Amino acid sequence: MAKFRKGGKKEVPQVSTSSLPDIVYMLIFFFMITTSMRDVELKVKTALPKASEIQKLEKKALVSSIYIGPPRDTRLGSESRIQLNDQFAKVGDVPDWVMQEREARAEADRPLLTTALKVHKETRMGVVTDVKQELRKAGAFRLNYTTLKGSVTENR
Amino acid sequence: MAKKVPEINSSSQADIAFLLLCFFLMTTSMDVDYGITRRLPPPVEQNVEDIKVKERNVMNVLVNKSDRLLVNGRPTDITFLMEEAKRFMTPNPNDPTSPEVEMKTIEGINGQVMMSKGVISLQNDRGTSYAMYISVQNELARAFNLLKEEQAWKHFHKHYDQLTEDQTKAINDAVPVRVSEAEPVEIVK
Repeated sequence: MAKFRKGGKKEVPQVSTSSLPDIVYMLIFFFMITTSMRDVELKVKTALPKASEIQKLEKKALVSSIYIGPPRDTRLGSESRIQLNDQFAKVGDVPDWVMQEREARAEADRPLLTTALKVHKETRMGVVTDVKQELRKAGAFRLNYTTLKGSVTENR
Repeated sequence: MAKKVPEINSSSQADIAFLLLCFFLMTTSMDVDYGITRRLPPPVEQNVEDIKVKERNVMNVLVNKSDRLLVNGRPTDITFLMEEAKRFMTPNPNDPTSPEVEMKTIEGINGQVMMSKGVISLQNDRGTSYAMYISVQNELARAFNLLKEEQAWKHFHKHYDQLTEDQTKAINDAVPVRVSEAEPVEIVK
């Protein structure tokens, strides 16, 4: 039986890496499809409250967010501030912002535009009520209070 | 004889792809947003007369600046709010203290449906915390969702989330979410 034995050292062939780029490209496409671009850099803290009766926010392209909370930069105090797009804003800036957001969408999508309020849980309702009044005046009636999944008993 | 073109070395392609991958991992976010969806009422005109609603048809929910809850004048804990809202909104024609009822025909449901004329009026102080406000909204929404679930069982023998589109619409018509938010005022206390 020694007939079949070949002479010389046996060498393990190298694993071919030529398909590695393809694998990585597949991963890239996966991430490109499942994720969305992070839109803004947050300047305020938004620790969201919890709620159980919640719906998923469909169609992220039709959602524009208002962030309200204490500034991340502690030098600016702990009073809740409003953030529109990338900067701090006042309540009076909300109607203009609504207009801008509307302009940025296609005509057919405009009535479906939803405003998501991402508000820190310790914020006083005064600011939120003011923003809501401005939204009403500007005609942005579709509103979503963004929350985390959970029970309301954890809010205290 | 044609010149042989040297093959491009593709061993660095993997590195380039990894770089791209890292870029997308950093700049994108995967989180899905959830939340309570509400529709704001259109702005009220200045000189509109107040619509008179009978007292028995209104459940007043007040939240003050220290997050205490007052339901129809009685201090209540948030854990009982759902029960109370549900009991209030359940049609009860024999009780003179609970809201009036009316019989209505609703498209998609056989026979007439008994509907309560009750309205829940929610008012909060400017000092109420947002967490408390969300808690109250959530508990009220939970009460209405339970009522919808009951109606779905009664009329279609199915869970609310298993209904067809038309059936869902019929149930939503039969159990309208009647939560009215008062115009903001400061509650002194």
